[in-house]
Amino acid sequence: MKKIISILTVVVVFACVLAGCSANGNEKTVGTDGSTSMEKVIGALGEAYESDNSGVTFTYNPTGSGTGITAVAEGRCDIGLSSRKLKDEETAKGLKETVLAYDGIAVIINPSNPVADIDIETIAKIYKGEITNWKDVGGNDGEIVPIGREANSGTRDGFESITGTEDICKYRQELSSTGDVITTVANNPNAIGYASVATVKDSVKAVTVNGIAPTEETIKDGSYKIQRPFVLVTKDNTALSETPQKFYDFCLSEEAKGIITKAGVVPAN
Amino acid sequence: MVIGKVSKKRKVNIGAMKALMYASVFVTCALVVFLVGYILVKGFPNISWKLISTKPSYLSGDIGILPDILNTLYIILATLLVVLPLSVGAAVYLTEYAKNQKIVSAIEYAAETLSGIPSIIYGLVGMLFFCQFLNMKTSLLAGAMTLVIMNLPIVMRTTQESLKTVPQSYREGAFGLGAGKWRVIRTVVLPECVDGVVTGCILSVGRILGESAALLFTAGFAHTLNGVLKALTSSGATLTVSLYVYAKEQGEFEVAFAIAAILMILTLIVNLFADFAAWYFKRRKNI
Amino acid sequence: MKKKAKAIESAVHGVFLILGLITVGAVLLISIYLIISGIPAIKEIGLTHFLFGKEWAATEAEAKFGILPFILTSIYGTAGAVFIGTPIGFFTAVYLAKIAPPKLKHLVSSAVSLLAGIPSVVYGLVGMLVLVPAIRNIFHVADGASLLAAIIVLSVIVLPSIIKVSLTALEAVPKEYEEGSLALGSTSVETYFRISIPAAKNGIATAIVLGVGRAIGEAMAVIMVSGNVANMPNLFESVRFLTTAVSSEMSYVSTGSLHQQALFSIALVLFLFIMLINATLNFFLKKKKEG
Repeated sequence: MKKIISILTVVVVFACVLAGCSANGNEKTVGTDGSTSMEKVIGALGEAYESDNSGVTFTYNPTGSGTGITAVAEGRCDIGLSSRKLKDEETAKGLKETVLAYDGIAVIINPSNPVADIDIETIAKIYKGEITNWKDVGGNDGEIVPIGREANSGTRDGFESITGTEDICKYRQELSSTGDVITTVANNPNAIGYASVATVKDSVKAVTVNGIAPTEETIKDGSYKIQRPFVLVTKDNTALSETPQKFYDFCLSEEAKGIITKAGVVPAN
Repeated sequence: MVIGKVSKKRKVNIGAMKALMYASVFVTCALVVFLVGYILVKGFPNISWKLISTKPSYLSGDIGILPDILNTLYIILATLLVVLPLSVGAAVYLTEYAKNQKIVSAIEYAAETLSGIPSIIYGLVGMLFFCQFLNMKTSLLAGAMTLVIMNLPIVMRTTQESLKTVPQSYREGAFGLGAGKWRVIRTVVLPECVDGVVTGCILSVGRILGESAALLFTAGFAHTLNGVLKALTSSGATLTVSLYVYAKEQGEFEVAFAIAAILMILTLIVNLFADFAAWYFKRRKNI
Repeated sequence: MKKKAKAIESAVHGVFLILGLITVGAVLLISIYLIISGIPAIKEIGLTHFLFGKEWAATEAEAKFGILPFILTSIYGTAGAVFIGTPIGFFTAVYLAKIAPPKLKHLVSSAVSLLAGIPSVVYGLVGMLVLVPAIRNIFHVADGASLLAAIIVLSVIVLPSIIKVSLTALEAVPKEYEEGSLALGSTSVETYFRISIPAAKNGIATAIVLGVGRAIGEAMAVIMVSGNVANMPNLFESVRFLTTAVSSEMSYVSTGSLHQQALFSIALVLFLFIMLINATLNFFLKKKKEG
């Protein structure tokens, strides 16, 4: 008897779940998918939009830029999120990019490290393993510990392409997230790392690059060199359905600027 | 030889062995005390009502773990609901029906193998099979199904053990009264194996609480607050997964330690329940 | 009426048979999925290049998929963890089984159960914040995230299972064996080590093999302390295990690429290791039953 009851319960649960699935189709939803670096900004935008428009469900799937772009192309989400510009073969697939914001990649060191400024060439040399001691760049005597991100990371892609160190970096640690890089640098006096400016906390120190600190102005006018765009990816020839289109417009609106700035990145327009 | 007149060499040996034992016990105990103390001291001050009763907000930057707590509950319930009938059925088959020794040993070998497979492999296959092939997407349901396979051998084993202790005479008596096999199982055998089922459930809950690798790719790590049905079909982090996410991905150690302390207390409760169940059922059987 | 009852009986029998075979089905499902998704990349890369290649650089223009560093790291890491965990666990088990007063035994066993139940990410968290900086300071190395940190965390993780299984084995040794030895003039400690332990040796071997399985399959705790660079194993260098190689790159890899397939191939290699360990385990379990 118990068994029959339990089987029945399972069946009922499954039925409800399926019913839940089909009900979802009628709801107003916006599905976004992609870059993990954009979590904060897109999460804040989604949350604000949800609270302004009751009944709308916003979802964000933090999968990485590449996966997000593929997901739009295959129609698995409404808006893709990419923390790099689209490649030519991607625009050839009928995708369109809209720059939402610019994000500086801060070069971070431990607060106890006296070094305050490093130029891009030196950063590259450090990451290529040509400079291995802090005293060669004006710091204390100590072996430099270069910390980086895992392969496929949009941040790593941005950092390595700007510093010209693609595929030749000699990392001491390859960590799978921004928070992890910050924590590791905060715990090791000789570490150097890179992370999205939006996520940098007081536990680490962002150095100036070529004498320029990563601020809203320097990122916007391009004088801070290590930066990358946050891009909304949509299909070029097919229009978005109603709710996603409204959300898309909201993201580029005047109102959204404050939210984007608050999330630590620089609005594009 | 008389005890007491032990040669010097033997004495040294005995002393060394004793020293090693005491040292080992000390290390083990010190480890437990340190870990428990460290986590509770670091975690307790960060547990607040606000933390466990709200959801995280990007706008205000607040962190709340209510969605993670609910997700953990949902995934435990969903997993148990499915794993119970399956594994009890498998155990009944093994003890009551199976006559072919080859099938029995194949099933037992399979269960043995399942319990040895690391959770990261469950995560991968769960992602391929449940999320992609069965199109469940990254959802709590897909995570629960993956956990079902992981916990099958546990509940099956404990149920089987308790079925074996059901006296053969019960079955014979019922058969003698003219009952069919299914009826005997339903009315005589199954009620007797409640202890095994309960023990299996407690063990499974413990395992589910601690699981992270298998859920990362199948259930995902969203922190949205949903109703139970909506939650099952959408991505969500359990407490353990969110501990990993907060510690590794976001560097929010206060929250991570708070979750660690909560998990530690839950583990303790699960262990106490297991002890209590063992004691309770033993007493009941002895009467 | 009788016919109907018979039909029900055989239907029920059938249902139970299917339920019974679910475990077999699950094992087959896992094996088949891993083989199907793991083979293509090995074919494309070449088995020897894949298994014995010393370089893993999956995203470079000329991608290299050699997993020897992962294999060796997993083997060294597991060996190290078992090497540290076994003696501690074993001596603790002997003490608990034979010497400890009942109350203390109960207390320590509960503590060990708690240790076993703590989620591995919690170990990773403590390792990341306590162990890694400690290693950096004690050994004066540039960075503490290393194979050594992973070994220590893993040995804590395998400890409870080694203690528990050895304890069960030692408790199962018949009292008569020990009494005989005592009567012949051995002291109690000698008896435990000369009589009880050899009598429980298959159980203890089982405990060690279980520990090996647990250590080689651990992913989340290890990824938090090992630095995660695909170096050849070195105690003080950051390393990547088979498990962490899969989990660190899986979430961002693009679907269908050779890179993703190669990650599945790594999982396949890990799975083969586990099957080997399972076979060893079964060998000892069988021996235990016979002995």
